[in-house]
Amino acid sequence: MEVPTASPDAHGVSSWVHVLGVAAATCAAAALAALSLGGVGGPGAALPGGPVSETTVSEAALHRAEALTPPPELPELLSATGLYAEPGSRALHPEVLEFVPQYPLWSDGASKRRYLRLPPGSSIDGSSPDAWVFPVGTRFWKEFSLGRRVETRTLERLPDGTWRFASYAWDEQGQDARLVPEWGRLRVAPLAQSGLHHDIPSRGDCVTCHEGGGERAPVLGFTALQLSPDRDARAPHGEVPPSGALDLTDLISRGLLRGYPTELTRPRVEAPADTERAALGYLHANCAGCHNAHGALADLALDFEQLVGDKAGSARVLESVLRRAARFRLPDQERSERVVPGEPAQSVVQFRLSSRQLAQQMPPLGSKVVDQEAAGLVAAWIAQLKTNAPHGADQETP
Amino acid sequence: MKNITPYFLVVATALAIWACQNRPTSREEAIRAGSVSTGAFDPASEAILVNAPPSPGKPAPTKPADDSARRAAEVARGEHLVKTSACNDCHTPWKMGDRGPEPDMSRMLSGHPQGMQLPPPPKAIGPWIVSGAATNTAWAGPWGVSFTANLTPDETGLGPWSFENFKQTIRTGRHLGRGRPVLPPMPIPVYQNFTDDELHAIYTYLRSIPAVKNRVPDPLPPAAGPTTGAG
Repeated sequence: MEVPTASPDAHGVSSWVHVLGVAAATCAAAALAALSLGGVGGPGAALPGGPVSETTVSEAALHRAEALTPPPELPELLSATGLYAEPGSRALHPEVLEFVPQYPLWSDGASKRRYLRLPPGSSIDGSSPDAWVFPVGTRFWKEFSLGRRVETRTLERLPDGTWRFASYAWDEQGQDARLVPEWGRLRVAPLAQSGLHHDIPSRGDCVTCHEGGGERAPVLGFTALQLSPDRDARAPHGEVPPSGALDLTDLISRGLLRGYPTELTRPRVEAPADTERAALGYLHANCAGCHNAHGALADLALDFEQLVGDKAGSARVLESVLRRAARFRLPDQERSERVVPGEPAQSVVQFRLSSRQLAQQMPPLGSKVVDQEAAGLVAAWIAQLKTNAPHGADQETP
Repeated sequence: MKNITPYFLVVATALAIWACQNRPTSREEAIRAGSVSTGAFDPASEAILVNAPPSPGKPAPTKPADDSARRAAEVARGEHLVKTSACNDCHTPWKMGDRGPEPDMSRMLSGHPQGMQLPPPPKAIGPWIVSGAATNTAWAGPWGVSFTANLTPDETGLGPWSFENFKQTIRTGRHLGRGRPVLPPMPIPVYQNFTDDELHAIYTYLRSIPAVKNRVPDPLPPAAGPTTGAG
């Protein structure tokens, strides 16, 4: 009998998910079997191809049936996804474009390369500057390396307008990458000096951050702010774009972005000082996937999202964090605040991004190692904030 | 210890449920599996619950008596679902009664008692990797130690939670649908299959029960697991 054992990774949780994979699959299979036999009334009873009686058909059920129509198959190998010029080659396909967001997401020190491919002759609709509309067939790739290529994640807009997420795990030799099951894969590569390992997330976890919804595509790193030619030199882990990498100016001049407001071609995080600019940019890139004014957590009224089309600039963000009560409480406190100006140690934002304890850490997934550079930057920003000012920081020389 | 059989039955039931849990989930998955009832929850029905009496001269959309009856029916449905879905097995602390262990209904659904002092959990031996406290409210395993949540409408419980928060948590297995994972032995893969209407009935019932002030501790990481950072 194989005995499942505790693993130190992800505080044991991820390993436990893995251990229970078989049992979970059994549960899922049983549920699907029951549904397809018509053994369960209510949602799902109208699976396509199943024995659907007239009395069970409803508009909602038909809608669900459409949602159940399988999308085109995901290729088994990354080399068949359109990223490379030909199978066996690592040369990029000529239509593939590379880009580098100015505020990268912290991924436990992994280095990343990011690519985009638009269908020939198509363009992105940028008339809503913070909610670009990507044509059907748009594909993104993000390659993660930890000493070697580890995984490449893909994001693809399907013919029905929805987005599909997948990940491919590279073989040790770096020859090709193979599709990872939708529940992800654990412990694919060691994280430097931590004793921990990188996990490939489940597709469900992809959607946790890449929420999208409404007018917004679930694309996070390919936005006007992230591609601005006015790059922030203080951005934690900021990368120098390689030759030929695409920025906002290129997108417009090459006709790949249409309708974008001409007055917003050099967007930047509005801040009185470099430290605040970089800190707010970091918080935007690493926190605003969930903490924004339009998603599922909107009623928390915690908004780190920088919107290039919003004249309020950073004021809206600061209003939502400075001296605002947090639901989370710091140890031994009855009431805690998101950011206490001048007091990093009393600020929940600082505490949670500096933690990797399960119930404390932020972000709650996708990272096992604290981003020390960013923690230092955010602490410096909070320390600079004037104690009695509604928002803003002490001036510093830009 | 005159009759401990019921206790073990409860534990066995909880473990059986828990063995089916922790499947990675997503809203898409839930939709594909048919567990998301599209449009089944009508926000108007929630508004009815808090509607002020209609102003004079305007036709009332529904009679107050009807609203009251509808709400009572929804509360009753929620109570039935809570009682048949084993919520009290873990979210109500157990005590030793005349007939053996039984849920302490004076603390109904208030989760792991705040002030309860617990020694470290026993070390796993071979395949025995899970242990539970006698209250059924604290569970130790490879994930660390989890404490069952306070589901009462107190501000230390579900008080600040909207229906959407509640629904997203059950559907995704993450706090508020976005945060940390909901830990074993909470049988998320079972409860994911509730329809929107059922979840709304459960939520409505949970808003109707007595509020119990009880701030449940945060989960503990595995004792052997290294942690990083300042937290």
